[in-house]
Amino acid sequence: MSKIPSDLKYTKSHEWVRALPDGNVEIGISDHAQDALGDLVFVEVPEEGRKVAAGEAVAVVESVKAASDVYSPLAGEVFEGNANLAATPELVNQDPYGNGWLLRLKPADKSALAKLLDAAAYTKHLETEAH
Amino acid sequence: MPFIPHTDSDVRTMLDAIGARRIDDLFDEIPAALKSGPLDAVPPAVNEMEISRIMHERAERDGMPLNFIGAGAYEHHIPAAVWAITTRGEFYSAYTPYQAEASQGTLQMIYEYQTMLASLTGMEVSNASMYDGASALAEACLMAVRAHRKSKSARILLPATLNPTYRKVARAIAGMQEFTFDELPYDAATGRIRAESLAAFDGQDITALVIQQPNFFGVLEEVDELTRWARKNGTFIVAVVNPTSLALLKPPGKWGDNGVDIACGEGQPLGVPLSSGGPYFGFMTTRMEHVRQMPGRIVGRTLDLDGHPGFTLKLQAREQHIRRGKATSNICTNQGLLVTAATVYLTLLGPAGLERVASASHERTQELVRALTRIPGVRAKFSGPRFHEAVIELGRPAVGVVAALAERGIMGGLDLGTLYPELSEELLVCATETKTAADIEFFATALADVLKSARAA
Repeated sequence: MSKIPSDLKYTKSHEWVRALPDGNVEIGISDHAQDALGDLVFVEVPEEGRKVAAGEAVAVVESVKAASDVYSPLAGEVFEGNANLAATPELVNQDPYGNGWLLRLKPADKSALAKLLDAAAYTKHLETEAH
Repeated sequence: MPFIPHTDSDVRTMLDAIGARRIDDLFDEIPAALKSGPLDAVPPAVNEMEISRIMHERAERDGMPLNFIGAGAYEHHIPAAVWAITTRGEFYSAYTPYQAEASQGTLQMIYEYQTMLASLTGMEVSNASMYDGASALAEACLMAVRAHRKSKSARILLPATLNPTYRKVARAIAGMQEFTFDELPYDAATGRIRAESLAAFDGQDITALVIQQPNFFGVLEEVDELTRWARKNGTFIVAVVNPTSLALLKPPGKWGDNGVDIACGEGQPLGVPLSSGGPYFGFMTTRMEHVRQMPGRIVGRTLDLDGHPGFTLKLQAREQHIRRGKATSNICTNQGLLVTAATVYLTLLGPAGLERVASASHERTQELVRALTRIPGVRAKFSGPRFHEAVIELGRPAVGVVAALAERGIMGGLDLGTLYPELSEELLVCATETKTAADIEFFATALADVLKSARAA
C-alpha cells in the first residue's frame, strides 16, 4: 500500500500539492506514481518564472521504461524548480513527498487548492483505478 | 511478385478476429479530407527487366562528364572495399532491426559511427544518423528551440552564406511551428558573414545562430568570433559542417571559448556516391547536456548480466514508440546502409587518410582557381580563405557558359544566378582529390575557348 499523507492535496493524475505557510504551494508526484514509474533516471523541472495553466504539462519524469508528463494541479507562476533532481533524480523514488518535490508555484487563485482531492478521495481513486 | 506474405484468407481471418469489415476501416479515425485518394500521377508498375532498361538508358544520357560541381555534394574517391563490405548480407539493411539488441553487429557498427562523428566534430554525443544534411539542419533548429528553455522567441538567424536549399528545407519543416527565421547578409568582398552585422541583434532574444563552415561559397567563416557573439548574447550555436573538412579545420566543439551546441551536416562525402542526388545521410552531434532533446536513435555500450560488453539502444524514452506525439522526432535509422558505408570509409582511411583527402582537395581547388583566373576577365569573386570550393566571376552570364562547357563534357560549376540573382555571372566551382592537373588544364582551356567565342559572337 502506498503512502498518502493526510496533510496534502492530490489529483487524479497522481500529483500532490502542499500548501506552504506563505500562501505558495509545493508540487510533486505521489508515492503510487513513483512506484508505478520505477527507478527515475531523469527529471525535467520547469524554468523559474514560467506561467502555467491548471492541467498543463509542467515537468517530465523519465524512468528506464517510460517518460511521463507531470501536470500542474493549479494555475500560477513557477518560482522554483528542484535543482537537486538534475544530479539525483532518485530523490523522487526515495522521498516523493519530501526531498523529491518537483516545483514551487505561486498560485493564481488560492481557493482552487480546496477543489483538489483530499487524502481520502485520492485513496478511493487509487482503489477504483486498481479495479 | 508481391513481398507481402499474407494471403487474402489470412487477412480475412485477422479482420474477422477483431470485427473489422475491411482494412480501410482501421484508418477510420483519419478525417477523409486528409486522405490523398488514388495516386493518379504514379505510372503503372513495370517489371524488373523493364525498369532496369529504363535506368540504364537514363544513366547513359548523363554520360561521364568531368565534374567540377560541389555545392553540397562532393565527388570523392571511394575505395572499392567500402561498398564490397557494406553490401555484405550481415550489414545489408537500411534500418536498426526491430529486436535491436539481437543484432549486436549492427549496433556495434552504429556505435563506432557515433564515436567517429563525435570525435570528428569535437562534440560529446552523436545520434545514429539523419535523412540528409538539409533535414538534419531543420531537426537541429527544432532541437535548439526545445533545448534552449530560457529563450522564448523561437527566432533563428540563417546567414545568406548557408546553403540555400538547407534554408528552404529548414523553413519548410520548422516553419509550421511558428518559428521566425531572420536572414543575415553576406559581405560582398569576403563572401562571409560580417561579424559586425550581428550587432543589430545585440541583447535580443535569439534562440539560435546557424553557421555553415566552410560556407556555401566555399569560404571559411570567422567561427570563433561568431560563436563568442552568440554565447555572449545567450544564443545557441548550430554548426553545419563538411565532415571531410574537419580533418583540417577546427571542430565545432572547439569554436569560440567552449564550442557550439549542435553540429550537423551532410554525410555524403564519406563514402557515398553522388548518385543523382541520393540517397545521402545526415549527421548530428551535440553536448551531453542537450542529449535528451536530440532526435533519432542512439546506441550505447554497456555490460550484460554476466559482465560482458554489449551494445544497446539508449535514451529510448525520447523516441516515438514510447513518447508518442511528444517524441523528439519521428526519424529512425533509415540511412543505416549509408552510415555503414561511412563507417567503413572512415575506418579504411583513418585520420591520416581523411586528412590527405582534405588537403588534396584544398590544393586542387587552389590550383583550379589559379588556372581559371589566368583567363582574361575571369577572377576570384571573394577574398575570404577557402577550403575546396570557390566562386569565380566570369564577366558574362554563367548560364550560357555552363551549357557550352557541358557540350564539351565538362560540368563546369554551379550557375549561382539560380540561387543568388545578384551572382548571375558567377560560377561555384569545386575540385577534389579526384581531379588531376590535366583535368584542371582541360577545364581551363575549355573555359577560355568558350569565353573567347562568346566575346567574338
